[in-house]
Amino acid sequence: MAREKSSKDNAQALFHSLRSAYAATPVNLKIIDLYVGFAVFTALIQVVYMASVGSFPFNSFLSGVLSCVGTAVLAVCLRIQVNKENKEFKDLPPERAFADFVLCNLVLHLVIMNFLG
Amino acid sequence: MLLSSDDPFLARPNSLHSCARQRLQKEERISFTLIEMARSLAGFLVLLLVISICEAASLFQPISDSHRSAALELFTSDHGSFKSLEETYEALRTFQILGIEKKPDVTAAACRSISETVGSSSTPKDLFYALKANSIAQCKIHEKASEGIISSLNAAVSGASLLLDFYYSIGGLVLIKDQSSKADIHLADAEGVFRSVKAFSQSDGRWRYSSNNPESSAFAAGIALETLAGIVSLASSELDQSLISTLKNDISKLFDSIEKYDDGTLYFDDKLVDGHEYQGPLSTTSSVLRGLTAFAAATTGNINLPGDKILGLAKFFLGIGVPGDAKDFFYQVDALACLESNRVSAPLILSLSSAVLSLNKKDSLKVRVTTVLGSNAPPLTVKLVGAFTSGSKDASLVESQELKFDHGSGLHILNDLPKSIDVGSYTFVFEVVLQEPEDEKVYVTGSQTKVPIFVTGIIKIENSEITILDSDLGSVESQSKLDLAAKNAVSLSANHLQKLRLSFQLITPRGRAFKPHQAFLKLRHESKVEHIFVVGNSGKQFEIVLNFLGLVEKFFYLSGKYDMELTVGDAAMENSLLVAIGHLELDLPEAPEKAPRPPPQPVDPYSRYGPKAEITHIFRAPEKRPPQELSLAFLGLTILPLLGFLIGLLRLGVNMKNFPTKPVPATFAVLFHVGIGAVLLLYVFFWLKLDLFQTLKAVGFLGVFLVFVGHRTLSHLAAASAKLKSA
Repeated sequence: MAREKSSKDNAQALFHSLRSAYAATPVNLKIIDLYVGFAVFTALIQVVYMASVGSFPFNSFLSGVLSCVGTAVLAVCLRIQVNKENKEFKDLPPERAFADFVLCNLVLHLVIMNFLG
Repeated sequence: MLLSSDDPFLARPNSLHSCARQRLQKEERISFTLIEMARSLAGFLVLLLVISICEAASLFQPISDSHRSAALELFTSDHGSFKSLEETYEALRTFQILGIEKKPDVTAAACRSISETVGSSSTPKDLFYALKANSIAQCKIHEKASEGIISSLNAAVSGASLLLDFYYSIGGLVLIKDQSSKADIHLADAEGVFRSVKAFSQSDGRWRYSSNNPESSAFAAGIALETLAGIVSLASSELDQSLISTLKNDISKLFDSIEKYDDGTLYFDDKLVDGHEYQGPLSTTSSVLRGLTAFAAATTGNINLPGDKILGLAKFFLGIGVPGDAKDFFYQVDALACLESNRVSAPLILSLSSAVLSLNKKDSLKVRVTTVLGSNAPPLTVKLVGAFTSGSKDASLVESQELKFDHGSGLHILNDLPKSIDVGSYTFVFEVVLQEPEDEKVYVTGSQTKVPIFVTGIIKIENSEITILDSDLGSVESQSKLDLAAKNAVSLSANHLQKLRLSFQLITPRGRAFKPHQAFLKLRHESKVEHIFVVGNSGKQFEIVLNFLGLVEKFFYLSGKYDMELTVGDAAMENSLLVAIGHLELDLPEAPEKAPRPPPQPVDPYSRYGPKAEITHIFRAPEKRPPQELSLAFLGLTILPLLGFLIGLLRLGVNMKNFPTKPVPATFAVLFHVGIGAVLLLYVFFWLKLDLFQTLKAVGFLGVFLVFVGHRTLSHLAAASAKLKSA
């Protein structure tokens, strides 16, 4: 019983520390994280729908899911490039990274719209 | 044809055909050559050449009523008038030769066109044909008109330079001389004109049309001869005989170039150089004959031409039968009229009313000898010199005998066919002998005429019986006699260990063995599967043995009732038969696994080619779609994360503080956002109705704009943040 209580305490302690550490991240990174979360959530909902009704217009399902996943991936790339603690991208101005993000998203969505059918 | 009896090769009856004798002699010699050459191809070709030199047998018929009815059909006129004077003349001449009555509307229309041509100034060619037509139609020509014609034709003669100019003008003068009352129409310089026409001749007997054109033809030769004959008749004084004799030499040279068909017909033909000028063998030969006979009529003395050539030419024209074209008809009939009565020699044609004789009906051989136009021949006798089986080189089957002449019908008749003539195909050889010796100078009959004769008769079928035998022992199981003249209903049964034997004898009316073209036995199963067997023979006896043990597989192991049918047929057999013999119950063993199946029987053509069953197309069933409410519910659920994102953004405290305030950067920033929105809107339209190419075009434009604007905005933002950092 003491062991169970301690593991529960450990989990709670871990969770609290993660939460406080995350609170320290800059706001723009938090925005990007939120966007990624939104994209993945949307993808999940589409997968659940497909699981329930079947994959008849399979191309539509694929294009929907891949659009969400694609945009999430691009957002992750943007987060990596914008993060000031990342020494690799020290010389890259964040505006440039954002411009890349916008451009790649537009191309992704053109392809997605073509595949949507 | 004296034969010495001690020569072994020539010890044959006198009636043997001389050509066949020569052939045999040559063949003996050539066979040695063949043995030497050991079947070389050249030797074989030599043999063929020798055999082909002799004529083949053929039948020619003189002009008959079928010609007359055809002439009336071919020479149709539009209310009596024809398209040209040439055609008018051809029609009139044809009717005259065939003895068809002149129709009044034809004559009237001809007279109209003749007087029209004669009255106005026409070319020598038109005058020539008008006068030719007039010689038959006999319309009156005005004195003044005929004077005008004479003067214009004389002018044409003096001014002529081409062969055809001479032909028309001289020919016209000859005709007008006969038709007008003026007795003396003479050529001014007959010898000069003769020489100028002779200048067109060539050494090989052909003539040219003009001095410029090197092409020569036999057709032109005929025209030239007619022209020269006209000159001779128009000449006031006797022409130089040397000119006439050189011309006779030219004629002999021309006849040396005569061409030959296999059946003995001779004709003239020109080389096909220019298709426009080419006349064809019919008109060329007709032209030569016309020229020859006109020349023979105009000059004295003999023109030495072998009678065979005249006969060959006559056979050429008769061999055409009834032509289907009016021009060909005219050429044929005109040439035959020239041959009928000419100063060289008139050919006599031997013809048969029927070349198929029946032994059963006791047909007699009826031969008629007439002139080419069908008129009576002078007194003569017809001898049957020999009869040979077609294609064989054996001796003649009959002795030389004379045919009896029947004055009433004008036929030479042989009442009973000799006993040596059985059913089959023969070549009869006739010889025509004129009774009056003077007729030999006028008529030509040819040495021997070969005619193909086909003899038919009733074939006796005897001793026909059908037997079932035991295969091993040969003992007879059942036997029945058949009457093959009538339908039989024999009923037999056999199994696969037995044999079927059918036998009969075929005997000709003369009592000899007969081998028909067809002798088949057909067995047909109930399921319509048929099997046909050929009945073989040895001499008179025809027999077929069907050993069922060997035929089991061929019959596809089908047991049951078979219908039997016998077919015996031949062209010479008047009683060819296809008769049902009866039924055969055949018991065959069971078919093993791998046995061949019988072929599918032909289906009734109406069902095979009739309409087929209608096919209804089954379309692919559409996919099951989820109910609309569920889809709409999930659409709503998809919007939820977006709302969550927006709420999250608000909680994080997003603001627009970094939005540029100065007007220029502000516009660029606004334009940047507008541009992104426009691209997204374009994507929505792309999904709704645009196609990829239109979208790409638009994206191209918007993209360029966006890049420019975005670059300005973002570089401004970067500069602003750099300033903030440094500050």
